[in-house]
Amino acid sequence: MTDTLAGNKTATAGPTDGLAVLEQTRSAAETYGIPLAVLLEVTHRCPLQCPYCSNPVELDRGSTELTTEEWKKVLSELAELGVLQVHFSGGEPTARKDIVELVQHASDVGLYSNLITSAVLLTKDKLSALADAGLSHVQISFQGNEPNVADRVAGLKDAHKKKLEVAKWTRELDMPLTVNAVMHRQNLHQLPDIIQMAVDLDADRLEVANVQYYGWALKNRAALMPTIEQIEETSRIVEDAQVRLKGTLAIDYVVPDYYALRPKKCMGGWGRQFFNISPAGKVLPCHAAESITGLEFESVRSNHSIAWIWQNSEAFNRYRGTGWMPEPCKSCEFREDDFGGCRCQAFALTGDAGNTDPACALSPRHEEIFKQAEQESAGTQNRFLYRNFAGGTLETDEEKSQDKSQDKSQDKSHGA
Amino acid sequence: MASRNISVSETSRPKLPRHTKLKFDETRQVWVILAPERVLAPDEIAVEVLQLCDGVRSVADMVDQLAEKYAAPREAIATDVITMLQDLADKGFLTEARESTA
Repeated sequence: MTDTLAGNKTATAGPTDGLAVLEQTRSAAETYGIPLAVLLEVTHRCPLQCPYCSNPVELDRGSTELTTEEWKKVLSELAELGVLQVHFSGGEPTARKDIVELVQHASDVGLYSNLITSAVLLTKDKLSALADAGLSHVQISFQGNEPNVADRVAGLKDAHKKKLEVAKWTRELDMPLTVNAVMHRQNLHQLPDIIQMAVDLDADRLEVANVQYYGWALKNRAALMPTIEQIEETSRIVEDAQVRLKGTLAIDYVVPDYYALRPKKCMGGWGRQFFNISPAGKVLPCHAAESITGLEFESVRSNHSIAWIWQNSEAFNRYRGTGWMPEPCKSCEFREDDFGGCRCQAFALTGDAGNTDPACALSPRHEEIFKQAEQESAGTQNRFLYRNFAGGTLETDEEKSQDKSQDKSQDKSHGA
Repeated sequence: MASRNISVSETSRPKLPRHTKLKFDETRQVWVILAPERVLAPDEIAVEVLQLCDGVRSVADMVDQLAEKYAAPREAIATDVITMLQDLADKGFLTEARESTA
């Protein structure tokens, strides 16, 4: 027994826990099994305008969104396919008037549901209705630990205050809470306070997620890229807090790709465990996949079932397994550990999604992107391009001056 | 509210918190534990122990029951069960029924 649950295999390795057992494939030729979890981007509408939003730059308009009945059919199909968890995300998922009905349907078909929310549209009644509908977990994004930084990054006045309130309601309703803190050069100095905020909010989990640079974040990279000193300090703070808060707060840490030596196992490998459904119903190997031009994605509105799309569609099979790999991945001993890193990042930085992710030190482009990151992190370009349906709006001087901690923050990050 | 920082002992009466679900997955024909952002695959004995975690039984009761069923030394079973439960508790996947102290 100590080899399993109490051992290190199942519960310590991150979101891919215990997958070896669940990943049985039907034949050795198959590199994928039954998907475990699906991210449902039920809308791209959102009152926040975060400059690192993970949505594509080309957002799906409200008029193209799947209807309530279409989402319910999707949920039923997912449960039938063997999916265990769904994440209701967006945009802001509670911008949909039918969110309680959708969560209820997920519960009815036996899916474990998470809500990934900005929290600013929630009322206590709505949250309570979601809990009654069987919602199992609430994840709230935070942009900082106090309004000066947080409201400026979110591009919404009083957002931080509202988030704190909803976090408290979540715990009052006895739902587990994850604080998701997206970190970058302009808020990393607040990390110790963000960790304390998560403890004070009685959160169960904290995700310290360095920005991943695709889509909106790529456009804002010069304003967001942390310095290497900040990252070293961050790793130290996180490791210390993980030890200090064991049993109180679980902390997951996502390091920034550009400063890594090995690429991340993005999505657990393309088309292996997870997928994403866009507001308009596209079935995507990851939330940024539409940024790769030249790939065609099937829709749940097509004649195909989701199971068929998962197993047979060209987009899912294109980068599955290791057969597609060029060198240096092809002969690399780590090829099944990281599956070549992130396809979207390879596309964004090299123009070919079939290349090795430049986050990998073995990529011929690695040195170049590392230097670029270093250079941008040392720059003084702090102005955001806010995310919106109009293709982005540049931050005004007035908005920028909201963050009174900014000048000090740049010095503090080195010594704190 | 779920209690945290639990120290599992023979007198503990552990239970799964509301957000941690033990379920038999019909598609894969295995038991799974569903938790926020996690799917765990417990082995048969872990499943058996977790099914006993109802917030009423004490760990001592569970150990007695398992020692009898498997005709194994009680001490060895107790060590294994407590180690396993403590590990789950540290990760927030196990809580404890508590007397009201008010």
